[in-house]
Amino acid sequence: MMELQFGADVADFREEVRTWLAEHLVGEFAAHRGVGGPTDGEAWEVRLAWDRELSAGGWLGIGWPEEYGGRGLGLLEEIVFEYEYARSGAPFRATGNGVDLLGPMLIAMGSEEQKRRFLPRILAVEELWGQGFSEPGAGSDLAAVRTRAVLTPSRRPSGPDTSLDGGEWVVNGQKVWTTFGMHADWLYVLCRTDPESRRHKGLSMLLVPADQPGVEIRPIRSLAAQDEFAEVFFTDARTSADMVVGEVGQGWRTALGTLGIERGATLLPLQLTFEREMESLLELAREKGALDDPMRRRSLLDAWISVRIMRTTNLRTVAELLQGRAPGPQATTAKLYASTNHQRMGHLAMEIAGAAGQIVGNGYGLDTRQRSFLLSLAETIYGGSSEIQRNIIGEQVLGLPRDPRPA
Amino acid sequence: MDFSFSEEQEELRKIVRSFLARHSTEAEVRRISGGGEGYDPAVWRRIAGELSLQGLAVPEEYGGSGFGYAELGIAFEEMGRALLCAPYFASVALAAEALLRSGDDRAAKDLLPGICAGDTVATLALTEEGGHWTEAGVRLAASHVGGGWALSGIKTFVPDGHLADLLLVVARAADGISLFAVDAAAPGLTRTRLPTLDQTREQARLEFVNTPARLVGRAGAAWPGIERTLATAGILLAAEQVGGAAATLAAAVEYAKVRAQYGRPIGSFQGVKHLCADLLTELESARSAAYGGLWALESGDEREIRIAAALAQVYCSEVCTRVAGGSIQVHGAIGFTWEHPAHLYFKRAKSSEVLLGSPAHHRELLAAGLGL
Repeated sequence: MMELQFGADVADFREEVRTWLAEHLVGEFAAHRGVGGPTDGEAWEVRLAWDRELSAGGWLGIGWPEEYGGRGLGLLEEIVFEYEYARSGAPFRATGNGVDLLGPMLIAMGSEEQKRRFLPRILAVEELWGQGFSEPGAGSDLAAVRTRAVLTPSRRPSGPDTSLDGGEWVVNGQKVWTTFGMHADWLYVLCRTDPESRRHKGLSMLLVPADQPGVEIRPIRSLAAQDEFAEVFFTDARTSADMVVGEVGQGWRTALGTLGIERGATLLPLQLTFEREMESLLELAREKGALDDPMRRRSLLDAWISVRIMRTTNLRTVAELLQGRAPGPQATTAKLYASTNHQRMGHLAMEIAGAAGQIVGNGYGLDTRQRSFLLSLAETIYGGSSEIQRNIIGEQVLGLPRDPRPA
Repeated sequence: MDFSFSEEQEELRKIVRSFLARHSTEAEVRRISGGGEGYDPAVWRRIAGELSLQGLAVPEEYGGSGFGYAELGIAFEEMGRALLCAPYFASVALAAEALLRSGDDRAAKDLLPGICAGDTVATLALTEEGGHWTEAGVRLAASHVGGGWALSGIKTFVPDGHLADLLLVVARAADGISLFAVDAAAPGLTRTRLPTLDQTREQARLEFVNTPARLVGRAGAAWPGIERTLATAGILLAAEQVGGAAATLAAAVEYAKVRAQYGRPIGSFQGVKHLCADLLTELESARSAAYGGLWALESGDEREIRIAAALAQVYCSEVCTRVAGGSIQVHGAIGFTWEHPAHLYFKRAKSSEVLLGSPAHHRELLAAGLGL
């Protein structure tokens, strides 16, 4: 197995990570090796407990500034950590929304008060976050958001956990596909704060407490029979005036920053998940004699090739980041390639599982293979659908002319 | 492992690219490939004299410059991009590599300096009428006569076989598969140029009748070295394939930006834009396959090298042909003409797909490497 080589300067750090993981990834946690995914809510409570274990060890947000509870480490250490983390097979972290998406956004664009108020609680796994971007009428076309927020004078003597100085935002509208929304204590919500505005202008990023009468969160059952995402209704929901990230009216810029993070954040852990799935698929294929069938043999080898190519592509990007260079085109094409090929792998796994793959457990209980196959259908949709990815690759990487936009 | 190129390596890429932009223009490619000359000896000498590319990855003790396979891969990628017509693959990826893997230090000291200097054009003759890249496919007979050896039989599909000064011939002796060096002027050797579908790469049929030959390495012990040579050559060919695919996709994208239909550039239509995006995604994945091979060669891990080589040949062969075909599609009717260069790249890609054995053959090598 080809490995990333890290310099001697991080050898001690790498050893520290390995030792800690070896000592703490035991018992219940070890029994949940490889469990979960970016949209897979399996074993939620165990994973949350694991995240608290990580937090106690100081392993969440290691690149964040120390004053906010991080360790102030560099990109190299972050990559070493993610690499060793992935190798250890530790459960997929449940706190990704706060630690990988909102946290970096606050560090980059948040106010000092916001950073002090929120960052330490994200790292302590005291507050979980949900993303309020998509709407029923704004999916790929995110700039079409209609959820409104209006700044009004404070009305209530006491309210949710916010400062009420300077008035408050009143939010009305609906968000949807909020991953792990049912667990969220807070939401970061892209709202239209200028009612006269259109498209990308007049949007703002608001931080809204979930526990209040004006916020109703309903789980949405996915086709895998999991409640991993939710729809969120805002009816005169409130948050204080200072809960806007970045400038009022500049929410699009703030959101774009987060989407960029989303594409890079889960690279290595996901990679190792795919590799484990591939190993297990080859095992099944051996049992079933599928390797003796020329067509399936070819499909299996091609699946193995695709997983290895994902690995090399990811390592190219990581190596470029470590060199301080802007990642090449492969950083943009990687998502389209990985999602398409992982889906194909899922179909192949079901084909090789054969008749047994048709049967589920009681209460629509899915085995690992069935679950991964069904969840893979979301991978070509979330984080920018494949069609949007092709536009991004065509326009931003290849420099082709934009599609004509509606006036 | 770095998984990226250093500044010095990127600098090498610039130098090679700029040299080839001047000396392997479309006009030159058409002149050489159309005339059946195979290469321009003056340019070949400058590639050796000014850039020292023939001996790039050959150790200094054998007359090379002692760089690694990452550097060599860069040279191949750029040559693929420029569609260079020259016996570089035959001389460097096949012949020089076979000598390095032969375990015959004397032969390497005798023969490699000439290859590195560009004075000797060399190739490896392995395939026969059956077109197999396997040990079992080797039937040409080597026999002990007097104090030396003589070869009798037929080799074909030999890259640049009629241009080479030195032929490294894989033959079957009483002890098993052995490697021999044959001078192009040796008696009993008849060389016939084969007209090729891909006119930018020459091939020949070689007939040996009691042709005197020099044994390289131990008799009967050559196959492991040949196998390893083919792995290295497969990775380098993959780098070349990626270079060609990158050039042809770039041309398609440029065309899609300027060619207008229905009053707007065709690249603004998603039907064309998304095709280009898919081709880039495949190209970048092929790049990962090829670069992964180069880094495996640098690591020296033999199992990794075999796996990475088979993978690179399977994936780059199929994908780079698809990219070259996609480029013709984006160009539309003009891409179907003889006058447009798209077909030159397409034919090079399609031919390269089987140059070292078909993707199916390499899938089986991969399966063997993985123990499947």
